[in-house]
Amino acid sequence: MTDSMALSVHDLGFSYGKKAALWGVSFEVQLGQCCILLGPNGAGKSTLFALITGLYHARDGRIALVNYDIKKSPYKALAQLGVVFQQSTLDLDLTVKQNLRYHAALHGISRKQADKTIQQELERFEMFERLNEKIRHLNGGHRRRVEIARALLHKPSVLLLDEPTVGLDVPSRQAIVNYIHALTQEQGLAVLWATHLIDEVYPTDQLVVLHNGIIQITGTVDEVIAKVNADNLQGAFVLLTQKEAR
Amino acid sequence: MLLVHYFRAMWGIVGRELWRFVQQRERFVSALVRPLIWLFVFAAGFKSALGIAIAPPYETYILYEVYITPGLLGMIQLFNGMQSSLSMVYDREMGSMRILLVSPLPRSFLLMSKLLAGTAVSIVQCYVFLAVACWYGIEPPVMGYLWVFPALVVSGLMLGALGMLLSSFIKQLENFAGVMNFVIFPMFFISSALYPLWKLQESNEWLARLAAFNPFTKSVELIRFALYGQLEIGALYFTISSLLLFLFIAIQGYNPSRGMMVKKRGR
Repeated sequence: MTDSMALSVHDLGFSYGKKAALWGVSFEVQLGQCCILLGPNGAGKSTLFALITGLYHARDGRIALVNYDIKKSPYKALAQLGVVFQQSTLDLDLTVKQNLRYHAALHGISRKQADKTIQQELERFEMFERLNEKIRHLNGGHRRRVEIARALLHKPSVLLLDEPTVGLDVPSRQAIVNYIHALTQEQGLAVLWATHLIDEVYPTDQLVVLHNGIIQITGTVDEVIAKVNADNLQGAFVLLTQKEAR
Repeated sequence: MLLVHYFRAMWGIVGRELWRFVQQRERFVSALVRPLIWLFVFAAGFKSALGIAIAPPYETYILYEVYITPGLLGMIQLFNGMQSSLSMVYDREMGSMRILLVSPLPRSFLLMSKLLAGTAVSIVQCYVFLAVACWYGIEPPVMGYLWVFPALVVSGLMLGALGMLLSSFIKQLENFAGVMNFVIFPMFFISSALYPLWKLQESNEWLARLAAFNPFTKSVELIRFALYGQLEIGALYFTISSLLLFLFIAIQGYNPSRGMMVKKRGR
């Protein structure tokens, strides 16, 4: 693993009972890189995320965050990780501040430091004035912004986003896509973004296309289009994912 | 991992639970109304029908309301344990448990902190109930209010661990009604919360034996004696043993994929 390697997944396999969900999955994401995990619904994206976050334990394969193996040093590995899950995980009855302070406490951040970082992250998202509002009163786009701010509070090296724009309107989606890409460049963060929406991909992104639990292809957008001999990314995606589900 | 990290995380989890409880006013009120109805209505109706003989820790004849007060404290904690278990199943289904479980701390520590948080909420409810009971005329010795605190901690942890254990085995939120019917109600009624064991023995020996081995009976007796400044050592041992057993099984059995993927089983 090189110094700039933030996430490394090697020969990962997982199954639910007899039904295999992931097979020999291997890829890497470097610091400062935005990697789009592209796959249709049921491809195995959420299972992969559950394995990277340590929620599920894989018997086969290896996952390392920065230099920490998730099996051997789970707490050091998880400290490097910020996560935005597909479903909202905010507490609706608590305020933005209370939700963020709770997360900071789970990462052992002092109250003083937490408040400072909360302000920084919320201001970046133009959400600081909503600090004392209950989550219940925020719209879907603003809730997502709070979740992203929360995932960044403990200054992780790797940010995982599991379909974070699902259910949002176009301007909110666009704002989040732009923000995350800017963040990757500015802070040198490694981002793994799971989606099935092609328009969220930037030309500079790395791609990992997952279908039926198997990686179909990896590479830059141009490389992927060239390898499958398609006209554009949409065409390449259709070609790569048109095989029947097992 | 620094010790201060553990402390901050535990305080964060407990603080969040207390905040949630304070802000959910309906939950606060309903948690209090249930035991108060038992105290004001049930106990008032039954006090003439049920005579309570002198038995430790009581040194004189007592009113039925006085007898059931420790049982109602136990009831608060029993229902609170179940409420916590319900909210854990809900959180698991809604996904908010995941944010707790992906924090860089051992899962067993996180679940124990969650347990402690639920216990803290139940103790707040118990003291508010004791204040209302005091206003109603049920006045244990002043020191009893202090002595009952550690008893409530142990008993709250044990009943919370039972709730956590149940939540580990409940696959879906819909199955929770079954738990109420098959666990909570039998546990509450086959215990010394509402009637002394000797009284139960007079009418049904088999039920009395069952009640004697009910962990809820032991926690109620622990609270009852503590409220009168005494330690019921047997009840303490039994309650702590039950706590450790329930906690061990709950932590071993906790599976974050349950509920999220009901029909699938991780390898």
